[in-house]
Amino acid sequence: MIIKPHEKLWHINFAEIWQYRDLLLLFVRRNIVTQYKQTILGPLWYLIQPALTVIMNMVVFGGIAKMSTDGIPQPLFYMAGNICWFYFSNCLNNASSTLTANQSIFGKVYFPRLVVPLSLVISNLLRFAIQALLYIVLFLFFLTKGANITMNWTVLLTPLYIVMIAGLGLGFGILISSLTTKYRDFSILLSFLISLWMYATPIVYPISMVDNNSMRLLILANPMTSVIEAFKYATLGQGYFSWLALGYSFCFMCLVLFFGIIFFNKVQRNYMDTV
Amino acid sequence: MRVIEFNQVSKLYRLGRVSSGTLSDDLNRWWAMKVLGKEDPLLRVGEKNVPSQKGMSDYVWALKDFSYCVQEGDALGIIGRNGAGKSTLLKLLSRITTPTAGEIKVHGRIASLLEVGTGFHPELTGRENIYMNGAIMGMTKAEITRKLDEIIDFSGCERYIDTPVKRYSSGMRVRLGFSVAAHLEPEILVIDEVLSVGDADFRKKATGKIQQVSKGEGRTVLFVSHNMGLISSLCTKGIVLSNGVMDFSGTAAEAIDHYQKVSTAKIAQQALIIDCIDSCKSIVEISEIQINNTPYSSSALTPCQQTLDVMIKGTTHELIKCEIKMVIKKSNGTPMASFLEGRYKGFHTVFQPGEFTITRHIRLPKYIANGEYLIDLYLHGPYVQNFFEAHNCHKLSVDGFCDQLARPIEIGTDGFIGLESV
Repeated sequence: MIIKPHEKLWHINFAEIWQYRDLLLLFVRRNIVTQYKQTILGPLWYLIQPALTVIMNMVVFGGIAKMSTDGIPQPLFYMAGNICWFYFSNCLNNASSTLTANQSIFGKVYFPRLVVPLSLVISNLLRFAIQALLYIVLFLFFLTKGANITMNWTVLLTPLYIVMIAGLGLGFGILISSLTTKYRDFSILLSFLISLWMYATPIVYPISMVDNNSMRLLILANPMTSVIEAFKYATLGQGYFSWLALGYSFCFMCLVLFFGIIFFNKVQRNYMDTV
Repeated sequence: MRVIEFNQVSKLYRLGRVSSGTLSDDLNRWWAMKVLGKEDPLLRVGEKNVPSQKGMSDYVWALKDFSYCVQEGDALGIIGRNGAGKSTLLKLLSRITTPTAGEIKVHGRIASLLEVGTGFHPELTGRENIYMNGAIMGMTKAEITRKLDEIIDFSGCERYIDTPVKRYSSGMRVRLGFSVAAHLEPEILVIDEVLSVGDADFRKKATGKIQQVSKGEGRTVLFVSHNMGLISSLCTKGIVLSNGVMDFSGTAAEAIDHYQKVSTAKIAQQALIIDCIDSCKSIVEISEIQINNTPYSSSALTPCQQTLDVMIKGTTHELIKCEIKMVIKKSNGTPMASFLEGRYKGFHTVFQPGEFTITRHIRLPKYIANGEYLIDLYLHGPYVQNFFEAHNCHKLSVDGFCDQLARPIEIGTDGFIGLESV
């Protein structure tokens, strides 16, 4: 091994990350186990959080603002959008604090730094899975009640959607994490950026409600839009499914991930000197 | 075989503002280096890293052109004052940060004990933290499982192993952390001042383990410490760093010797003791005073030093009966000990008119406290008369004596002399 001042930008040692896979899994375990230590409700919080959000959405957007849900029962419609959004925002939020939150470890010992954000994405996936269970229970409940919902074959693409959500969250997260080491402004920006971003994503409204053409284009430019709409389409039969839009989001994810990893890798080599 | 090869390694740090780079600095640098192809304009060539002096630029070389080869099986002790670049060196080696210039070639797996217990999560139990900590240091899960019993046994925390670490005492935490680190099996082990914690018993155990790693198993160890006793007992080779530059390299004993000489010489570049004479009788003229073999007004007592030499040279115009009186005081002025044989033994030396030299080798108590002391020196006669008085004429820095793996007592809390059982 040679330790040099500069490495090539794309010199990323993926084999090394594989060597540290045990650490990755231990981090995943730690993230999950420690999150609700010394709480009474424990992992139940995973369910309470989306449940309360959905109820709030039903009151504000369904009840007061009377926004359309494309004929789908409100709880199902809001739940579908929210669990996807939670997964994305959790990945983004957690990954973005990687370098600043782990200074004390990173300053003492070397291991591939990418292990930390990767572990966060995986532990959030588990959280997503638990919330998806709640969604399935709701789904079955409304199905037996005869609601107008039809699942279709695109449900098979769900794993792809999840990968895309994770990829976008991770990519943006590590990009912001790298930037925060130099300018802390980005962590402040991020906290309200996420809540603004949520309204630019069709979660509490269907994209079919947006009839202004340029507005619609703007919302479709958001890489999260096509994924969440496609997820709703796959499981509820109502939504916007387009290969083109999904392809755009996929390319967007690849780009963000590519630049995110390269930039993160460059910053982590020296950031201990400046942070 | 060469295990680690440092090749002209340098590390630059920027002083001052918290933020690393301002845009204007970055642009200025980029313009000069990339576009005009000149050297970095923000660095003044040849500037040394002397922490106490104000430098010319905001940048400082924490390490400059460091080259050294570590052979397989070496136990290398790295010595230097605070800020000499020791920790920077280890940080570069353990890849926490990268060098500004030069390169390091490493053959083999490195484990660094820059601080034990890295990555301990307070909510997890001792057992879970062993896994966590081991994995962070590069062990696989299977490896840790294989050594788990040994690790728990070595730490002596068996009873608490399934209790969250937040309920551990700080000593237990350190012990657990060290046990994990000690059971790593890297080809190269890097240790930075970790043995200054824990009780004497555990320190002994830890030192034994390091000795076993370096001598018994023939692995390479890099060791930073301010404890010279530890360095001399653990290391075979030594280097001395000073202001980011390699000052000396050789065997461990030679390096310690060099370091102590240099540090004494450095303090001594000050006033002369003889200039501190407050009052002097006209019948004598003092020409030279030495305390601890130096004419300067400060010196350091090495840990193993058991005697303090005092020498006064001068001329007398009459026959005198005199003796040396020396008072060792705490830095706040409280007298701690006196050398006053003229009083309690009634000794006096008679000098005929002319030149005289009076020398005393004063035996110090064995377990003396760590601290800074001031010395008052007198030349006194039998009838409560002082031929000269020199108050606070010498500052003595004492490391304090202790047996190899222990710690000396402190003047502030423990008093001046450590007592012994018989």
